Amino acid sequence: MTTPLELVCPAGTPAGLRTAVDAGAHSVYCGFRDETNARNFPGLNFDRAEMREAAAYAHAHGAKIAIALNTFMRAGATDLWKRGVDDAVAAGADALILADVGLVDYARKAHPKQRLHLSVQAAAATPEAIAFYRDRFGIARVVLPRVLTVEEVSRLTAHAAPCETEVFVFGGLCVMAEGRCMLSSYATGKSPNMTGVCSPPSHVTYREDRDALVACVGGFTIERFERGEAAGYPTLCKGRFVADGAMSHLFEDPVSLNAVALLPRLAEIGVTAFKIEGRQRGRAYISTVVRAFRKAIDAMAAGKKFDIDELRGLTEGQRDTVGAYKKTWR
Amino acid sequence: MAKRLSLTLGSLLFNWPVKQWVDFYARIADEAPVDRVCLGEVVCSKRKPFVDDVTLEVVDRLERGGKEVVYSTLALPTGKREIRDIGDMIQAGYQIEANDIATVHLLNGKAHSVGPFINIYNEDTLALHLKLGATRICLPPELPLDSIRTLAKGNEAVEVFAFGRPPLALSARCYSARAKGTAKDACQFVCEADRDGMNVETLDGVPFLAVNGTQTLGFVVTAAVRQVEALREAGVVSLRLSPQTCDMVRVARIFRDLADGSTTPEEAGESLSVLHLPGPLSDGFLRGVPGCTLTEVD
Repeated sequence: MTTPLELVCPAGTPAGLRTAVDAGAHSVYCGFRDETNARNFPGLNFDRAEMREAAAYAHAHGAKIAIALNTFMRAGATDLWKRGVDDAVAAGADALILADVGLVDYARKAHPKQRLHLSVQAAAATPEAIAFYRDRFGIARVVLPRVLTVEEVSRLTAHAAPCETEVFVFGGLCVMAEGRCMLSSYATGKSPNMTGVCSPPSHVTYREDRDALVACVGGFTIERFERGEAAGYPTLCKGRFVADGAMSHLFEDPVSLNAVALLPRLAEIGVTAFKIEGRQRGRAYISTVVRAFRKAIDAMAAGKKFDIDELRGLTEGQRDTVGAYKKTWR
Repeated sequence: MAKRLSLTLGSLLFNWPVKQWVDFYARIADEAPVDRVCLGEVVCSKRKPFVDDVTLEVVDRLERGGKEVVYSTLALPTGKREIRDIGDMIQAGYQIEANDIATVHLLNGKAHSVGPFINIYNEDTLALHLKLGATRICLPPELPLDSIRTLAKGNEAVEVFAFGRPPLALSARCYSARAKGTAKDACQFVCEADRDGMNVETLDGVPFLAVNGTQTLGFVVTAAVRQVEALREAGVVSLRLSPQTCDMVRVARIFRDLADGSTTPEEAGESLSVLHLPGPLSDGFLRGVPGCTLTEVD
């Protein structure tokens, strides 16, 4: 291991950021309160002053801060995103997380020394795609899509150097190639790429049907929870559908990603950073998850074994998966 | 006078048997008033070997029919072999339509087209792609007309997805296989059974999506009939027609007439809706409302 492993943690609010830093995050990621970031949910994110304070807090505690501007600039309104880049740099961001190549180009030209990370929303899934961003724009780290196997992550990490790789290890799991999914746009008119939201709460409705709770997104009925069944958030790709005469979770079961068992292997193949998803999560959750992962990473760094079971039971609906990291997922 | 809008037949997204594939393109070559035809497997590299043997013959037929032939590349390449195949096509001198940034990297500045699977949402990103050698750019299907107006101004490069089930998402996982209780590696090409995609309904039986292997599409059929005039005025140079099993020669004629002003949007909509379409006509994305929204009829 050449570089120390980095635990990258979500910060949806200023309080959430302090929680993650206090719990041992090596770095935190967050976004401005507008459509420039892919978690544009009501009640989340940072205004300009909060961002400056957040960066100062992180730095004072030895942590880094990455600011995500990872939606795609709207035609005719690109200034909103460019101003976001300028303000993030001014706030003291250690890195910007970008997805739109037009914005990457702007950031590189306007701020030649600023460290840039490629967002998972850019879905760079091949050595050639990574080379495109690394060689032309000096991208320093790429966040890999969640559709890759461990073998593919290994190959990509080897080819990406000196560009670092960051992988998701815990939290929500996109089953579609990120940044290339329009399911939400199709059902609700609000999309991850354009508005920074997926299956947004504003378009979710519930109704009682006999003994069950029925969940709709954009008016489409996608889940039915029987009484007593845990009702997870209805995300379009985790819904239940009817195809070929059978009802099933056609795209993905309502599971979340938990790759804790793969941490040693991912470290061995040279992955630099482990990312926890969940800027929309509460502080208690963040605190517990960050602490547990930090303990695991410290144990690995010291060449010791760590307790995997501690991280079980933290996942949504108590069910987890290693997702695409295992080839049979496909 | 406004410029003539050209028509592009997009790459076939579905897995059709070889004979149907050859017959389809033969008829397109002979009868369809399209200017450009995109060939090439975009969704799943496992399907590619089936048509490899007959591709040259089909290219020749299309070229003799006066069509410009473009080779469309995989939208989500991940394997080494997939990348090598793309590199080989570039080396061989084919006109390439890139559907992934890896392909743009491999093209290294060579003139090419960009397909609807590359994220170009704004004028800065579009200008960057033009600088990288793009001469034709098909925009992502979720873009509203307002954005298209900004993007199509002054470059004579923009193409818009105008007909066919709208492509919505790509995955590493094969949902056609998953629906049959198997996985991608052991798929037995079950996707061949659904030549317009496998219909996906909600829990109360409302048609919603369509699955095509690793790809998810809308259940509806995009039809930009009411927007053709606005698209031309915006400076769009080409309309993309995405193959479905319905009579695509007829579809091409309808859009040709519409683009030439020899039929009205109402007549065109009526003519399209009597074809055997896999779903109802929709123009939601273009209008900036949910993409599933149906075209309003008078």
